[in-house]
Amino acid sequence: MSPSVPLQEMIRAIRSARTQCEERGVIQRECAAIRAQFRQADNGGRSHNLAKLLYVHMLGYPAHFGQMECVRMIASPRYSEKRVGYLGAMMLLDEKQDASLLITNSIKNDLSHSNQYVQSLALCTLACMGSAEMCRDLAPEIDRLLRASNSYIKKKAALCAVHIVRKVHELGELFAPAARSLLTEKNHGVLHGAVTVPDLVQIMKGLVLSGYSPEHDVAGISDPFLQVRILRLLRILGHNNEGASDAMNDLLAQVATNTDSTKTVGNAVLYETVLTVLDIKSESGLRVLAVNILGRFLLNNDRNIRYIAMTSLQKIVGTDHNAVQRHRGTIVDCLKDQDASVKRRALELSLALVSATNVRSMMKELLIFLSSCPQELKSHAASGIFNAAERYSPSQRWHIDTILHVLTTAGGDVRDETVPNLIQLITNASELHCYTVACWCIGEYGDLLLRGECQETEPVQVTEDDVLDALETVLQSHMSSPATRGFALTATMKLSTRITDNVDRIRSVVSIYGSCIDVELQQRAVEYNALFKKYDHMRAAVLERMPVIEKNSPGHTNGESMGEVKENQASKKPMEPKLLPQPANQVCDLLGLLGDSEETLQPSPSTALGLLTNTPSTAGGNLLDLLGDLEPEPLTPALLVPVYDKDGVALTLSCEKQSDTAMTVTLTASNSTDSDISSFTLQAAVPKSVKLNMNAPSGDSLPARGAAKVTQMVVLNYQNKVNLKMKIRISYSSRGSTFQDTVQIDTFPGL
Amino acid sequence: MRFLLLFSRQGKLRLQKWFTPVSDREKKKVIRDMMLLVLARQPRSCNFLHWRDLKIVYKRYASLYFCSGLENNDNELLALEVLHRYVELLDKYFGNVCELDLIFNFEKAYYILDEFLIGGEVLETSKVAVSDSMEEADTLQETMEEYMSKPTY
Repeated sequence: MSPSVPLQEMIRAIRSARTQCEERGVIQRECAAIRAQFRQADNGGRSHNLAKLLYVHMLGYPAHFGQMECVRMIASPRYSEKRVGYLGAMMLLDEKQDASLLITNSIKNDLSHSNQYVQSLALCTLACMGSAEMCRDLAPEIDRLLRASNSYIKKKAALCAVHIVRKVHELGELFAPAARSLLTEKNHGVLHGAVTVPDLVQIMKGLVLSGYSPEHDVAGISDPFLQVRILRLLRILGHNNEGASDAMNDLLAQVATNTDSTKTVGNAVLYETVLTVLDIKSESGLRVLAVNILGRFLLNNDRNIRYIAMTSLQKIVGTDHNAVQRHRGTIVDCLKDQDASVKRRALELSLALVSATNVRSMMKELLIFLSSCPQELKSHAASGIFNAAERYSPSQRWHIDTILHVLTTAGGDVRDETVPNLIQLITNASELHCYTVACWCIGEYGDLLLRGECQETEPVQVTEDDVLDALETVLQSHMSSPATRGFALTATMKLSTRITDNVDRIRSVVSIYGSCIDVELQQRAVEYNALFKKYDHMRAAVLERMPVIEKNSPGHTNGESMGEVKENQASKKPMEPKLLPQPANQVCDLLGLLGDSEETLQPSPSTALGLLTNTPSTAGGNLLDLLGDLEPEPLTPALLVPVYDKDGVALTLSCEKQSDTAMTVTLTASNSTDSDISSFTLQAAVPKSVKLNMNAPSGDSLPARGAAKVTQMVVLNYQNKVNLKMKIRISYSSRGSTFQDTVQIDTFPGL
Repeated sequence: MRFLLLFSRQGKLRLQKWFTPVSDREKKKVIRDMMLLVLARQPRSCNFLHWRDLKIVYKRYASLYFCSGLENNDNELLALEVLHRYVELLDKYFGNVCELDLIFNFEKAYYILDEFLIGGEVLETSKVAVSDSMEEADTLQETMEEYMSKPTY
């Protein structure tokens, strides 16, 4: 019944509908007619109706009511109906539908039909949408067909077997013997089918290798599909197998040199060869040949070829780095290509190629690229540049330059996690603070759209007015999001502790926001106001300078010596409101901090105080609690052991065990000379297995003749006592000159 | 190969073949994504794309886009050849094929595809063999009298 006139009429009617609404109307009418006809007794039009239904389905309309009809049609003896029925089964049914089970029996019957086309229909459908159970049921049938004499059926059966094996791996064993015999067939079609079966059945190695060279030579470029298929098989077989790889080497070399590469087809074969060579354990000469072929691809005018060349190079850049470096120039040129896919590949490859030697030139190229590249690639490029810059930056300044440049161009596309990295970098590069803060405010504009961390640092040597101005502009700018404003407000507050003369200005700024619409800002402003009024003396402590964050990620070269195990909490945790600072820790620290208002040389206390910025309410609340809980720590009469006594400066040590693995050490220093000592500082180092936390000292000047002492508490966490040693460096200035000394403590009293 | 789609420049689907089980919703989503991605490409750009974890290969023939989704270890250049071979087969069967042929005889397009690809893999590489099988299968399609004379089940 071809051509299908009713079908074509319907299609014409649908296409002539001028609007979506009209089309829907036509289709609904047709569907109603089809449904009615399905329910009716048999007439000549069943296959047409199903075909119509399939067309409607392709346009995107629901067609579930046709499923049962498909099942019925498949079972019909009429070939036309069977054909359309199977087509419908492939389109409408998939293994998740219940109706698919119903056709299992029909397929089984058709597989043994006398007509090979009926058999092929069944095979095709099974290969397309066979579920696991169907496959299991019908596997023996397929096996039988694999041995049949008809090559048409054999090849279809072979591919059907492939599908079955993919679904149900255990059945692979079943097909192995049949597949072996298939390989000796000369028919290309059958060979084709057979080659995929061993892809999945790894039993065939020995047999396969012997048979392939002659077949291959015969095929020539006229059957590229088969060549590629064979090459892929070789790749899988040779992947971890030395012997097989050796046998293949000659063959692969022959293919690589003889294949004509002027057409796409030839290139396809070459590509597959290259992939194979790179994957198996080939000898080095062959690998060089492969990389050269890829290099030739790169210079090709055809974009497709360049694209896949870069993809392949990416895969091997880890192992054959030098070889790929030779092509760096070409790859960088590809960055400028018009095409988006090529650009993306070039970008990834370039990022992989950046190394210590070429970093400056690569960076220049990449930055130019960043300013002109399309949106979706920007974030990827920016983070890639960051990573590369981190690992290979020749100097701090250059690094920061690059990052700021990236920020200004990429703006809001930069990913969140890079921001704390940046901030941390800035804190580390303390000599560049002036430079960076000005830029950092600009950088903040770039970060306007970022949520996430914004741990702030306040360098001291900056001109305070400038910073204040910048912050005010940020606050007032209409572009600022509330989050940014919150951060800016907090920054302003922090500044208030550092600078002395602009306090009033700050207070006014803060009180403006007391009546702000945004609840968050208002809350913060009110609390900060409260801080001003009532707890002025607490301000300093609460808004203490952020500790320097130490990065925990690998690959970052710290310049620290081995002995220093000063572990600051690498707090890169996002600032969630649930993260409350532990009150207990705060007590100790506040006590320590209250006395400290100047910059000291030693590292500051390590608890994550910086999280105060996000918990202003809790901080306020805690403050009240803490003030109530403030008690002087009970002075346990611990042993005081003198550990150092020279030039009139004496240091004594007393220990108190907190638990089996923690101990608090108190160091007390006194001065018995006739002159005052100033800038008295202590630094401590412990072995790697011990963790050290130093609290702030009570002061740093020792008046003459022992008028006052300086105490400092140190908390040690250790695994075993055997290793517990501590080295202390004492430095101070007296009578205009500085002194330094070290003392090692090997035994701790009371331990 | 995971799927093969044919669609026009206006975004109308002409053929869809799925080689893995995919739900209806997912199919619609994939079709929509493919159309968006492919129709947005510049005329002379690279034929390969990356989407989710698949490689997408597409080729434009007159007003139709042939788009296929490949797995990671498939050869893209070869997929281009596969698409080209399919077009050649259609051309041989319909004689100077155009989009209208595919619209009005979509079921034939499917049958030809089934002779060429099964389960996502190339079945028959010879053009002659495929067209011969199609002709034979067509002769099996009965005329009206034979149709009515055969019993229903």
